[in-house]
Amino acid sequence: MQRGVVIIGAGHGGSQVGFSLRQEGYDGPIHLVSDEPDLPYHKPPLSKAYLKDVSQDVQILRAEKAYADARIELALGRKVEAIDRQARAIRFADGATLPYERLVIVTGATNRKLALPGHDLTGLHSIRTRTDAAHLREAMQTAGDIVVIGGGFIGLEAAATFAALGKRVTVIELAPSILGRAVSAVVAAHVDAEYRKLGIRVLTATGIERLEGEAGKVKAVRLSDGTTVPADLVLVGIGATPNDALARDAGLACDNGIVVDATLATADPTIFAIGDVANFPHAHAGRRVRLESVQNASDQAKHVAKTVMGKPDDYRETPWFWSDQGHMKLQMAGLSFGADRHVRTGALGEPAFSVYHYAGDRLLAVDSVNRPGDHMVARRLIAAGISPSEADLAEGPDRLKSLIGR
Amino acid sequence: MSQVTFIERDGTRRIVEVVSGESLMQAGTRAGVDGIIGECGGSCMCATCHVYLTEEDFARIDPPDAMEQDALEFTASNQRPTSRLGCQVKLSAATDGLTVTVAEA
Repeated sequence: MQRGVVIIGAGHGGSQVGFSLRQEGYDGPIHLVSDEPDLPYHKPPLSKAYLKDVSQDVQILRAEKAYADARIELALGRKVEAIDRQARAIRFADGATLPYERLVIVTGATNRKLALPGHDLTGLHSIRTRTDAAHLREAMQTAGDIVVIGGGFIGLEAAATFAALGKRVTVIELAPSILGRAVSAVVAAHVDAEYRKLGIRVLTATGIERLEGEAGKVKAVRLSDGTTVPADLVLVGIGATPNDALARDAGLACDNGIVVDATLATADPTIFAIGDVANFPHAHAGRRVRLESVQNASDQAKHVAKTVMGKPDDYRETPWFWSDQGHMKLQMAGLSFGADRHVRTGALGEPAFSVYHYAGDRLLAVDSVNRPGDHMVARRLIAAGISPSEADLAEGPDRLKSLIGR
Repeated sequence: MSQVTFIERDGTRRIVEVVSGESLMQAGTRAGVDGIIGECGGSCMCATCHVYLTEEDFARIDPPDAMEQDALEFTASNQRPTSRLGCQVKLSAATDGLTVTVAEA
């Protein structure tokens, strides 16, 4: 069998790699391997449009025909058990092997599980795959009281969806603020206030003692202060851990994800890792990061295709993220590590504003709430290394556009 | 039943039967139209569903809102006066017969 490129994992990143390889002129065999049985699909709607509307099916990323046209061999519903670096082959759970010339690992991340008494009750859910979302959507139809554990993007998006469907929703966050790791304090405070207006209870700096059940099914969440919150259903959204076990077992360096260099290659020159599972040195941030986002997975897929084709270059795309939270569109550009100055545009209390994060005079990142124009310009500013002054920000969008030559 | 015609970059014409309520991007990705990617799932963030309409079609459907205009201006390459992001164009009986050209990359 002719050796080609084997891609493990068929999320946004994995499915893009094959198409990008073809665009780069790769002519050999491409195998896209996934332990999920379905054609690759869009993940972001799973906590929003898909949950809200029972008539919605998942949106596939591309039609099956597109893979066939690009001569991308799909191996769906196949679990990879090991990577044999000596033989340059992957081994499936059923013992079959698939040799590779180059291997791209895009195995993503797994939701963290709750480690509390009562974690094994039924009625606990999380969102990662279409199966997770389908189970949640079915179970939520009969739930009146829903508790969301963890005030991150996914939990909050789902909380807004639940509230819109008339559920009584409580969000419980251990940290002093929701969205603590993801956005600036001023954006987090705004989202918190808006959620309260929607009738969602937001409990921050709140620990959980245990989940209480009846006949094996969750009934309530008991907080550290002894009070209880009723719960017909609990959604757990407390972050994710990288699926790096295959790489680690194969002797590749792992440290919060698979360690790759700036070209996205591991220490083994035939193996690459991208997306949620990859820990890479970020050009702008000046440190290693592991990013969980569609943009990161997709752009790294396009980049790694070049590396695989023997055109290695440092990955330096500006990261961007978004989260649609009820009536709020949160958009983040850049990474704010090391920021020491934060400038907000728009008056306090306004429903649309942006926060510009600086280290000294250098613009690092911009968080926007319902300001898509600001976000689009911010992506261009950060990518070009242009740092507007406070006076520029005060002058408004036209001034910022002029800085990027518009 | 309404239809939309996609013209791919190499000139191939693809006629797609529309599922009511879906977007132009969804119809395109579902049918495997080359060059319609919809990386962000339809959140108006990535401009990988950029198409050109005919002037007639552009005028007969709802115009782009401010968010789409910004995404087109700052994210899409090769923008033209009749550019649209497919994810923001909802298809219905009223859009029957739309012909769109996949934008240049």
